[in-house]
Amino acid sequence: MKSIIKFLLSMMNNFKAKIGIYILLSFLLVSILAPFLVGSPTDYVGIPLQAPSMDFWFGTNGQGQDVFAQTLYGAQKTLFIAFLSGLLVVLVGAMLGGVAGYFGNRLDDIISLLINVFLLLPGLPLMVILAAWLPPGPLTIIIVLVFTGWAWHARVLRSQVMVYRNQDFVLASRVCGESNFRIIMVEILPRMLPLIASSFIGATIYGIGAQVGLEFLGLGDISQVTWGTNLYWATNDLALLTGSWWTYVPTGVSIALVSLSLTLINFGIDELANPRLISERHLSKRLDGDFDRNNATPVRKIR
Amino acid sequence: MNKSVIYIFRRFLFYCLAGFMAITLNFLIPRLMPGDPASIMFAQFKGKLKPEALDALKETFGFSDGPLLTQYFEYIKHLFQGDFGISISYFPQPVLEVISSGLYWTLFLAGTSLIISFVLGSIVGIYLAWNRDQKLDSFLIPTLSFLGAFPYFWIAMLLLYYFGFILDWFPLRHAYSQHVTPGFNFSFIASVFSHYILPAFTLIFVSLGGWMLSMRNNMISILGTEYINYAKAIGYNRKILMFKFAARNALLPSITGFGMALGFILSGALLTEIIFSYPGQGYLLLQAVRAQDFPLLQGIFLTITFSVLLSNLIVDIVLLLLDPRIRK
Repeated sequence: MKSIIKFLLSMMNNFKAKIGIYILLSFLLVSILAPFLVGSPTDYVGIPLQAPSMDFWFGTNGQGQDVFAQTLYGAQKTLFIAFLSGLLVVLVGAMLGGVAGYFGNRLDDIISLLINVFLLLPGLPLMVILAAWLPPGPLTIIIVLVFTGWAWHARVLRSQVMVYRNQDFVLASRVCGESNFRIIMVEILPRMLPLIASSFIGATIYGIGAQVGLEFLGLGDISQVTWGTNLYWATNDLALLTGSWWTYVPTGVSIALVSLSLTLINFGIDELANPRLISERHLSKRLDGDFDRNNATPVRKIR
Repeated sequence: MNKSVIYIFRRFLFYCLAGFMAITLNFLIPRLMPGDPASIMFAQFKGKLKPEALDALKETFGFSDGPLLTQYFEYIKHLFQGDFGISISYFPQPVLEVISSGLYWTLFLAGTSLIISFVLGSIVGIYLAWNRDQKLDSFLIPTLSFLGAFPYFWIAMLLLYYFGFILDWFPLRHAYSQHVTPGFNFSFIASVFSHYILPAFTLIFVSLGGWMLSMRNNMISILGTEYINYAKAIGYNRKILMFKFAARNALLPSITGFGMALGFILSGALLTEIIFSYPGQGYLLLQAVRAQDFPLLQGIFLTITFSVLLSNLIVDIVLLLLDPRIRK
């Protein structure tokens, strides 16, 4: 527990992670506070397709709704679904990947085959046929995201578990008679936490992109206000052919900023947890930031 | 030689298995859903079809009263006869006919832009790895990750708005103008080309960074190996070192990635087609979603899956030719 807190504190000292955390937190804060900041996103507030003005910061959309309110409220549902699906994707991926990597043999063969098949199947069409049959709504989106997203993380986590399985500390605990459950939970899992964390973040980024794509196609609940449905209505109301860029630019930039902030946090985790990058950082501190990375032994350059 | 035949055969078996999984999913998904799939699926046909024709269509999809296994075999039998059912939104055209009308456009647009972006990205990646310095890296990697953070189709919307709507350089929609007759004549080809540039540019623009980064990273790890140091010590010149020794090895993981990324890139291409109203698979997909055209949706899923599997098999054969280590 102590090491987790220490890790989180060191995240705040990492430049990339810090910026990412600030961007993400401000989006979360604004989306939670949306009811206090703006009016209802579904109310008719003025003439449709008004350009941004002092009254409506992001203009109005094709149905005379406030785009600013829609962007803030959209963040709420979109981010909630993205984080929840990210969590579930990693949970499923870690369970299947962990079981395959730890127990190996026949079980591994079967799960690996499943992973490889799911990696090959084209994501969007599969998501579309699933979502088309299920009743539209947030639950459908989450089911679809988990179904199509787990394989990649299962593969990454599986190979990491396989590395640990044959290392001395695991073999030693096995000789001591520890149960498989205890070895996985106490010996292996804590060492995997950075990787699981970055998998979770990766899955959340996927969750945002895939969710927006599905809802853009009209497969979400189009009566709800999310970033995906904002883009769906923008194209439906012919924003592209009337030149009303303000109906889709704020949503797109928000999506990109949140994805970028998550990517930055992921870079930060990598820099703090990847042994190669840790030693590189120590060396560059020792050598005043000046060594040739191409050679096996870092040697100080002579000017 | 024998080893490589076995290798290809094993990959082929794997793709067959993946194909069967896709068919099985296609078969199971409607049947696992709450409610009666047949009546949801065929509700749209009411009034369009005679009852006898409706029964024939139900049989195509295996929606008979028999046990699930018989339905499954029935379904596979029809698929192998090329019978994917009848489209609802393009009634009364069969699904296969509708799909093949859009397939060429998708192959043309997504295929060519994928290859251009792969080749261009790999070359720039080689260059970046060779001229590696901290300043360029610290600018390039955040920029590329920022660009990669935007949804494909949103970039398409923006480019369409700026180059199509504001500057009016390119047409806004469709694959060719209504005023030309399709055929092998100059005005048609010119029209197709002017409609092709913007969507293709979008696809290349968003996927270029990925190829660049992966090639750059592969090159950097190859440039750190002993055999490159040895070649450097012998005194080979830069060009030979870069292209003959390093790039050829660095390209292999990228080609593997090419097969893996195909499904993902195709998904992005489908959404891009929708923005440009390009008459390919993506546009058909949108029509199918809007009209609840389940036979067409499932047909599109199968065609795209099969084309991904086929391209992966081709990638495997190419890798076999390029990498002698697999043959041993």
